[in-house]
Order: sequence, then structure tokens, then C-alpha cells
Amino acid sequence: MAISRRKFLKITSGAIGGGVAAEIGILNVDTAAAAAKAGKAPIKSGRQVASICPYCAVGCGQIVTVSDAGEIVDIQGNPDSPINQGTLCPKGAATYQLVKNEQRWSTVKYRAPGSDRWEERPLEWAMSRIAELTKKTRDANFNEFQDLPDGKGGTVRKRVMNTYAIASLGGATMDNEWNYLHQKLMHALGVVYLENQARI
Amino acid sequence: MGSNMAECHPVAFRWPLKARTDHDAVLMHVDPRFTRTSAACNLHVPIRAGSDIAFLGALIKFVINSKRWNEDPFFREYVVNYTNAATLVNPEFRDTEELDGVFSGLAPDGKSYANATWSYQRNQAPPKAKGGVGPFSDLLLQQVPGRPKTDPTLQDPNCVLQIVRKHYARYTPDLVEKVCGCSAEQFLKVAQTMLDNSGRDKTANITYAVGWTQHTVGVQIIRAAAMLQALLGNIGRPGGGVLALRGHATIQGSTDIATLYHSLPAYLNMPDGRKKHDSLKEFILTEAGPLATSYWGNYPKFAVSYLKAQFGAAATAENDYGYDYHPKITGDHSHMPMMLDMAAGKIKGFFVMGQNPAVGGQNARLQRKALAKLDWMVVRDYFETETAAFWRNSPEVLSGELKTADIKTEVFFLPAAAVAEMEGSFTNTQRLLQQHDKAADPPGDARSDSWFTYQLGKRLQKMYADSASNLDWGIKNLAWDYEPEAKEVAPWRIKDEPSAYKVLKEINGVTVADQKPLATFANLKEDGSTACGAWIYTGVIPEDGKNNAARRKPDQWISPNWGFAWPANRHIMYNRASADSQGKPWSEAKKLVFWDPDADSGTKDPAGNTVRGKWVAPSGEGIDFQPTKAPTMVGKDAALGFDWLSGNDAFIMRADGKAWLFAPAGLVDGPLPTHYEPYESPVANRVYRQQSNPVAKVWRTEGNVYHGVADPKYPIVVSTYRVTEHHLSGTMSRWLPWLAELMPELFCEVSPELAAEKGIRNAGYVTIVTARGEIEARALVTRRIKPFVIDGKKVHEIGLPWHWGWQGNAKGDVANDLSAMVGDPNVSIHEGKVFTCDIRAGRKGGRS
Amino acid sequence: MAKGMFIDTTICTGCKSCQVACKQWNGLAAEPAHFGKRSGVPYPVADNFTGDSYDNTGSLSATDWRHVRFIEQIDEQRREKRWLFSSDSCKHCSDAGCLNACPTKAIVRTDLGNVVVQQETCIGCKFCIPSCPYGVISFSEETGTVHKCTLCNDRIHNGLGTACAKACPTGSIRFGEVPDLRRRADARLAQLKGKGEKAQIYGYEEADGLKVFYLFTDRPGVYGQPEQPVVPQRRLVLCSLVTILTALGIGVAALVNFRERLNGKEEHHES
Repeated sequence: MAISRRKFLKITSGAIGGGVAAEIGILNVDTAAAAAKAGKAPIKSGRQVASICPYCAVGCGQIVTVSDAGEIVDIQGNPDSPINQGTLCPKGAATYQLVKNEQRWSTVKYRAPGSDRWEERPLEWAMSRIAELTKKTRDANFNEFQDLPDGKGGTVRKRVMNTYAIASLGGATMDNEWNYLHQKLMHALGVVYLENQARI
Repeated sequence: MGSNMAECHPVAFRWPLKARTDHDAVLMHVDPRFTRTSAACNLHVPIRAGSDIAFLGALIKFVINSKRWNEDPFFREYVVNYTNAATLVNPEFRDTEELDGVFSGLAPDGKSYANATWSYQRNQAPPKAKGGVGPFSDLLLQQVPGRPKTDPTLQDPNCVLQIVRKHYARYTPDLVEKVCGCSAEQFLKVAQTMLDNSGRDKTANITYAVGWTQHTVGVQIIRAAAMLQALLGNIGRPGGGVLALRGHATIQGSTDIATLYHSLPAYLNMPDGRKKHDSLKEFILTEAGPLATSYWGNYPKFAVSYLKAQFGAAATAENDYGYDYHPKITGDHSHMPMMLDMAAGKIKGFFVMGQNPAVGGQNARLQRKALAKLDWMVVRDYFETETAAFWRNSPEVLSGELKTADIKTEVFFLPAAAVAEMEGSFTNTQRLLQQHDKAADPPGDARSDSWFTYQLGKRLQKMYADSASNLDWGIKNLAWDYEPEAKEVAPWRIKDEPSAYKVLKEINGVTVADQKPLATFANLKEDGSTACGAWIYTGVIPEDGKNNAARRKPDQWISPNWGFAWPANRHIMYNRASADSQGKPWSEAKKLVFWDPDADSGTKDPAGNTVRGKWVAPSGEGIDFQPTKAPTMVGKDAALGFDWLSGNDAFIMRADGKAWLFAPAGLVDGPLPTHYEPYESPVANRVYRQQSNPVAKVWRTEGNVYHGVADPKYPIVVSTYRVTEHHLSGTMSRWLPWLAELMPELFCEVSPELAAEKGIRNAGYVTIVTARGEIEARALVTRRIKPFVIDGKKVHEIGLPWHWGWQGNAKGDVANDLSAMVGDPNVSIHEGKVFTCDIRAGRKGGRS
Repeated sequence: MAKGMFIDTTICTGCKSCQVACKQWNGLAAEPAHFGKRSGVPYPVADNFTGDSYDNTGSLSATDWRHVRFIEQIDEQRREKRWLFSSDSCKHCSDAGCLNACPTKAIVRTDLGNVVVQQETCIGCKFCIPSCPYGVISFSEETGTVHKCTLCNDRIHNGLGTACAKACPTGSIRFGEVPDLRRRADARLAQLKGKGEKAQIYGYEEADGLKVFYLFTDRPGVYGQPEQPVVPQRRLVLCSLVTILTALGIGVAALVNFRERLNGKEEHHES
């Protein structure tokens, strides 16, 4: 496998730190002076916010450091956590790159039926359109009653108050609060194809 | 077993490894592959994927026939008092030993069981108790059955222990060799170590993950482990238990506050059109009736308080708290049938939030094609996942099977906020709720998931505001006000995020009149005066302004002041069993919860004297028992909940207060774990004529074709799994260059023996084929994988981590294109951990 | 007081957390050589699958200051099964070949004993590269300078430990003062020997003592470490052609050693 060295990837935007060695670089400086300067080296600092690792269910504590400008500059293990005591696995240690990532999308994308491309759309427009589609699909496919097997070979008419036309599939790295709101709204709409990663 | 802990839960593995280095704990890994977990264990025992129950059944047999188990009084005291070993079962019950692999009650079509013969023998029902407890509880009181009959000598042939003994009589070390493919010697080493490390002074733990759940017998595998641990006295005690290692930050929370079709929050069943659920009363009687002598006797309070949280002031006693407007399920609406119904055109609109079924779903090809049948789909994520992009560059589009222009699905991609960019709580795999604070606003139009659902609900409520239709009563009357307080959003650019605090407070529960949080679920009412989203979380916000999920004071052991472990900050469930039948600690080394006869119970007798005696836990651990019920106290016969349970009924969520060695109810595929072959297996079942779980969920439809038993076209066993460096379908890892370079593409682990047979070269390409699909992967030829000899026949296994797809910085074919939709009958989980395939050297389509 | 790290390979689980934590703290990108372009794909795609157990990063580099090795030792009968893991980095030698060889004094030792490359002083002459018996230092085309582990110079001068040691889930990487670490290592060695296990410390004697040293359960060569590392003389390299030649000669030997541990794999081109 022959690979030529290419330019460094600039994927870690906002990467700081590591500049300390550079700062002590003066030609022919002696080691004592270098060391003295190193001792004053700045490190990542800022407001520290308690967080939890977004990956697996072990629940490692994390500390998110935010610069004065409000940017997340560092995510590390929380040494106080009795679960991880400051440590993290490679995924947890990479959380910073999950947040600060050039490939992350931060605008709404829309693909019209049959279209071959994404188009950017305002968030408000998308929310209105989604609400409209939800109502339209629900209203056109709502079941107040349904004939269901009565266990004796016949059927019986039962009130079901549901729709089979809308489905929801959620991940399991989303807050308890979202789970609560979402089941509440889906049940209010009559959605019964309500599922989550938690099953599988 | 069933877990690759060091790889998939690396930080949790810190603790067992520390136990090994610092305290000489013995770690054993029973797993088809030699993994990074095996490397860190004292012992690795390879067994064929899908043979776990044969192994565990043999462990059970070994234990109950061992000299020590029969002579050490510890085991007798634990088992007689805390398990249903002594309970007598209906004499009509017929075991698999008598019916060659099935239990009594199998329907004539062989697809379902009636469980009447699995029931307990009972004493006569008690005289009907007087009511006055509450409208629903009074009805439940009329249904209380007689107490189960027991034989504490454990000799009656119908007692559970004797049934278990008979059931596992043929699960010998020799059988393990023939079915599992490990040596009898290796098995015996595991068995002896488990036994030696259980008892008064020691406990042993079994840890599992999806290696046990993703089977057509998944629930029964875990049951087998629970039985073994109950027999060894390892439940409810520190260092014991059966630990489930779950895979997502709040997958436990998603189960507790269920966004699952069959469940309401806090493990209340979803109303079901097929059951006698026609009114709230019938719903409660049907669901709670069989459980009412356990803590589930409080079911009416949980159900009414849930509806009060749902519909607020509109929920009244007169309208059954809005029960009639709540939807009912009518079948299995879980993930796999959902996607099949989507493929059939039944589903029009689809919300996909933080999920990637185009990669993660079983028979992923079928699932992707289903997406093309939708009218609309909303994807919320960080990156352009395979699910979001299916219409433009999926393998089906590239092959021409689907044409982009023909796909009429209207697709919305909404960018999601990261965890650090929102406030909320997660529940970890040990039921611990932990708060994460917001550190920064998300970029651009990215919003929290709660924001999306809340804002969508607000819009819909406005649209239905003028509707007079009964059909719209639910959305119109939904209690939906989580507007943030000014101070909550003051620091942020985004001002319309819902208040996470208000949501959690509603989950916790409040008194309706003053909206004050409930400190404990003991304060819930069935008269509509309390509202509670999920009773098991009550106590997380014990008073206004206090969030126990945000507590951050650790200590060296239980850390009761770190987060909040539901229920009621109990970290070890059923911890009453950490004391003996008299309430004394089993030993100093294993002391946790015990009865202090001199402690002030906090109550006074009618004469005004202090009543003494209560359960205590110096560590600060929550006590999973009625706080003042003395160990010797006998429960009342005509009563519900704690009143019915006796002082040694440690298993308070079971209707008899006992750990179930034999499950008289609750499972659809038998009261005892039984070895069945996986649905797709290269060998016939050596133990019974019944090949596989008779009631497994199968969907024989186009595009979901199954392989036959010992199918010559598909002779090789394949397991899918994960590696440390990636997360699930890769959405949160394949777009991270730091992780992408650690595990860059799909690979397939192959033994050198199979590689030699097939001409497979290490790091070269292989093509893997099933009736569902064909994929290519890089070969990793390693002796960590071994061929098994199963009853004289050589069986090859290969391993396939399933993290990759066609998007992101790390790419590869979709491993789940190979798997079939087939599932466990109890919980509809798929059998991704074992199915059959064929493999050949070279790339797809014959390229080399 | 000299700081260092003790790597107890017997409790390493090969999770590579140290590799990521190092990159995160030090702002290092993924290694460019691990990625390629694909037609129609706007971003780089990893193409560095090696087939060498679970090691796909292969070696230390200018952006990989840590590297975990995976050594599978399983006999044909699967009776003896070991999978050894070892997290490697700069050893911050007491007699540091790189520092000795550096003609511009760009490579210095701080008061805490760690050896760092001053980026502004480095002229990219690469003399240091063959002078390191461990193949630690690598040249970056982008910066025109050499890079390696600094022992988290900024962190340790602010009272913190190294990022890798902090992240390590099992405590396999310990940061601390060298004498304390040696006591810990000796105790662990005694514990293992007491159980009849074959184990040894690597780094007490080598290069006058490595500030980052290891507990191995096989000979060092198995872990890709030279059995007898040779450090060039402690003299200014520019002044002596002989020294340069010696250094380069040793460097070639080191590279051979370096190649050996790649287990016959083709090495990535460095230019």
C-alpha cells in the first residue's frame, strides 16, 4: 500500500493547545530558559461545564470547557465521576471532534419528491411544512374503530384511536426529556408505530 | 458471556480489571471469539454462537447437583426464602423432557402457547377484603388469589426445584462439548469457579450485552443467567447480579420513558385493542390483576397519574382521565414489522431521529427500499447519514434498482444539537440518571431533539385548536407547556428551547393542586390529585429547584449523592436479599442492607411509644423494601402491594415476592430456558427434536428469505458485533477522522483454517453472501477465530463488525444487508448475533 | 523532579483511547497518510486498513504521537492464547539521541525532564530522526519540522498529568514522578512474579533510563522495542562529520529495527 504524504487534514477546526513547544522556541536558547518559559505555558482554560459522554450507556462524566468567546474548546473526562474517574474510551475522548466537525450540517436540507439534490431551507419553513404533512397524513389515515379478532374466530369492533400512516424511530442517545415529550406527542396524535433503538 | 466488555464498554471494564489486579478476582470470558476482553481475563472459553442456554443450563445442573450447594446452609436459606424453588406448579404442567422440546400449552398450529398449565398451585382465595382504598384498588382487592402452595423441603415432584432439576438433567458437560464446542474440562473450570466464588462471603457477577439479547431465545438466555444467580444466592447483594451492559447514552432512559410501541412510560403496558382494555377500569384490572400482590399493586396510581400528566386538567374521573382518547396498539408495531409495513406502502410519514436504519437495521437493503415508499421523512442528525442520503447514493440507486427520479419521498434533514449543546438527563446502564448541562448554543439551525418535538407539538396544537372532533381530543387537550423561564435561556442565542427542568419535573410527578413535586412515588394517588409522567423516576426532583440527577458528590463505593438511581436511589435492586431471612447481613464482607431492631422507625404505636426496628444501609444505599416491615412479619392475605408481601419477600416486583426460577407468567415461549438452535443453524438440535424456538417471530415475505437447517449453500455461522473504535451504525464515529483512521473499513474476521480452505488472503477482499444480500469486506485472518467441532461436524464461524456504510470518513459495505428479520417472541429483538452465510475470496461481482 | 510515565502493558486493553486523547489535547489532525480521495466524495476517506491485527495506524508519526501495538500469540491448537497490547510513545530518554543530534538546539529538555521540539527553532534537517533508536520523531511536510510527544509539556507545567494517562480507562498508563512510578512498577513486577508470570521492566537501564518505561511479559522485541537501544554520542552533530555518519549509521539500524516491528508490512513513504 503506497501512500504519499499529503497535506495535513484541517478537520479539527478550533484546535488549540500543542503550541507550547513552539512558544519556547528561540534559536540557541538554553534548556533552563526554555524550561522556565514552559512553566508559564498557557493551557486550555475557560468555563467548565459538567456533561455526560454521548456514546455508550456507561455514563462517563465529562467536563466541557468553553472559552470566553463561548466556543467549546475541550471535552475531557470528569475526574469527580465515580464511574470513570476522569478516564474515557477512544470514542469518549473524540467527543470534541463530534461537536467541532467540518462535516457537521448546521442548516436545514430539503429534498423535494423526485429531486436529485438537497436544497437549503429556513428552519421555520421546514417546521411548518412538517407540521402540515403530519396533520394531513394523520387526518387522512386516522382510525377511531377497528374490527379486531375476538379470539373465537370472529371479529369485534374496538375503539383504537390510532393511525398506522406515521411512524417514528428514535435513537437512544437522546435525552430522557425528549423521550418523554416525544412519546407524549406521538400518543396524542395516535401514532402507534413508535419505536426506538432501545429495542434492538 | 454475551458481552465484549473491554471493547464495547471500555471504561466500565476498568472496574473488573481493577478487581483482578488488586483483589485477585477471577475473570472468565465465555464467547465465540477471542477478543480484547478475553485477553484481559483469566480464562477464555470459546463456545459456538447461539449455544449459550446449553452452557448455562449445564451450569445450573452442575450447581444444584454439587455437594457444596446441597450442604452449605447459605444456599438453602437463600433459595427457600428468596426464590420460588419451593413453590408447587400445576400438576398438568409438562416439560420439554416429556414433549421433546416443547412445553404444555402449545397451540395446535405450534405458533403460540397458552400458559394455564404453567401456573402455581394455590391455596383458597382469601375472603374479599373491604374496600375504601381507592376506586380501582378496591376492584383489584376483589381479585387477590390465594397464596401459592409451597414445599420448603423442596422434595415435592411438582415443586419448582424438582422441575428445574428434571428439565436440565441432560445438560451435562458432555452435552456442552457436543453442542457448544468447548471441552468439558473448560466448562467444568467455569462451573467450579462460579460455585467457589458464591456464598455467604463471596458473590459472583454475570455481565452480558447484546451478545445475549439478539437471539430468537434472547430473553430466555438472560433468564437462565438470572436462575443461576438466584440459585447461587447472587442477587440483591453487592458484587452479584446479572449486569446488562447497554449500548447508548440513555438507552435505559428510552426504555424507562418508553418511546417503544408496546410500553407507556415506567413499564405500564400500552393499551391494546386485542386485550380487555375497553375502559380504564378494564385496562387496570387486566394489567394489574396478576401483579397486584407485588408493588405493582399501586398500578392504579401509576396509570391515573400518567393520564393526568398527559391530558392535565382535561383528564377527569368522569372521562376516565382521557383514556378513551389514548391510542391502542393492535399488533406488533416494533422496528422490524414497522419497516415491513413501510415496504408494503402502509406507512406514509416517518420521523427518524438519531437513528440510521439504512445501516443499523436488519436486512438493511429491505429497510432502505422501504424508505423509498414513503411520502415524507424527517431525519434529525449531525451528519448526512445513509438514511438521509438513501435517495441519492444508496447501493440500490447506484445499481439502478431504484431511480432517484422515481423516489417520491420528500426528505427533510434537520441538524441536531450535540449533548454539550443542550441541557437534559441520561439514564445509564445501571439506572443512574445524570444531568448534562448546556455549555454552548448549537451552531446555526441545529436544535435539541426536545426543541423539535416541542415546537412541532405547539404547531399541531394550534392547528387543531378549533377542532370539535373527538378524534382530535387528545392533541387538543394535551398538556403541553414547557416554556422556559427567562433565566434558563438568558445566556443563550436560542430562546425557544423547552425547559428541560419542567419536563423532568412532570416526569417526576406533582401534586395537581399546588404543582409541587412529589418526593416519593409512595405519595401518588389514584384519584387524579397527582400527575406523574413516569413513577419510577419520582424523587429525581424531590422539591422545587432541586435536581437529584445533577448531584455530583462521589464517594468510594455506592456514591448515593452522585446522580439519582431509579427507583428511589436504589443502586442494587432487591437489596433486601443482601440480608438473611432474619434480616442480618450474610457476612461482614457483603453487608449492604440489614434490619436494625433498635432503630427508631419514625412511627409511634397507639400508646405514643416509639416503634423500633427498620431497615438500614450505612452506605446511604436506598432500601428496596418496605422500610419498617420486620423480616419475620407475615403479609396479609387479602391485600395489595407491600401489605400482601411478607418480611422475606425480597423480590417486591414479583407477585409472590420471590425470584423466579420458574416463570409461571410473563413469557410467551416457556417457563424455563431451553436450548434451541438459532433460527438459521448449520446443525440440527442435539437436545430435542424441536429445532428452534417454536414461537419465534418470523416474517416470510419477499426480500426476507431464510436459510434452511444445515443449508449446504450457507454452511458458515456469522455473528455481527461492534469494536471499540466505532459506535453502532457509525453516525457518531465514522465522520470523526480520529476514529475513522483507527478502524477504517469493514472487515471480516476469519480463522486461518477457513482462510486456507477458501483461499482467503489476510487484508485481501472477501465476499459474504446470504439469501438477503451480498457484501464485500477486507479479511482479517486470525487465530482469535476458531472452527468448532459440533457433534463431530466441523463448523466455521466468521465475525463481522457492522459499523460501516457508504457515507462518512470510514466506509464499507453494510453488514446488515446480510441479516434476516427474525426475532425473539417476547420482545421482537432480531437475531443478528447468529445466522448463516457463505464466504469466498475476492470482491463482489467476481472482481479480485 | 523528573516526570514520566509507567506503561503497565498487562492491563492495557488496546482501546486506543490514549491515541485519541493525545490528538484531542494536542490539536493533532488525523494522520493524512491514512486517508485518500474518492471520486464524487467531497471529504477524505480512510484507506489504511492493514490486516495487522487491530493496528491500522502502524507507527508513530508527526500526527500520531501515540501508537498501540497488537501482538497476537495464539498457537494452532488455541491452547495458549495471548493478545498483547502496548501503547508506545516518546520515551523521553535520559540520554536522548534526538536532543544530542539536534544542530540548532531546537530539541530541549525542560526542568521536568521531558524532551520537546521547539517548532520555531527546528530547521527540519531531520538529523534527529535516525538518532532516535525508537523511531519516535517524524517529519511533517506541512510544517517542515519534526514532531513528537512532548509529555504534554503544557499540561505537566500546569500541574496536570499527560492527556493519555488521564484518559486511559484501565490505568495502564500512569503519569507521575519517576521514582514513584518505579516503586509502582517494582511492586507490580513482584506481584506478577509472585504468581509465576514471566515479566520484566523495560526502560530502567536503556538510554540511561527512560522516563517512559514499560512492564512487558515478553521480550522487548516482541513489542517492537529494541533489545539494546544505541544512543549516539552526546556531541554537537554539526561539528563532526564522524558523528553525523555514526548517527546516520545507527539511524539506519534503528530504521531496520523499526521496519522489523512492522511485521513485514510495507512502510508508508515518508515523502
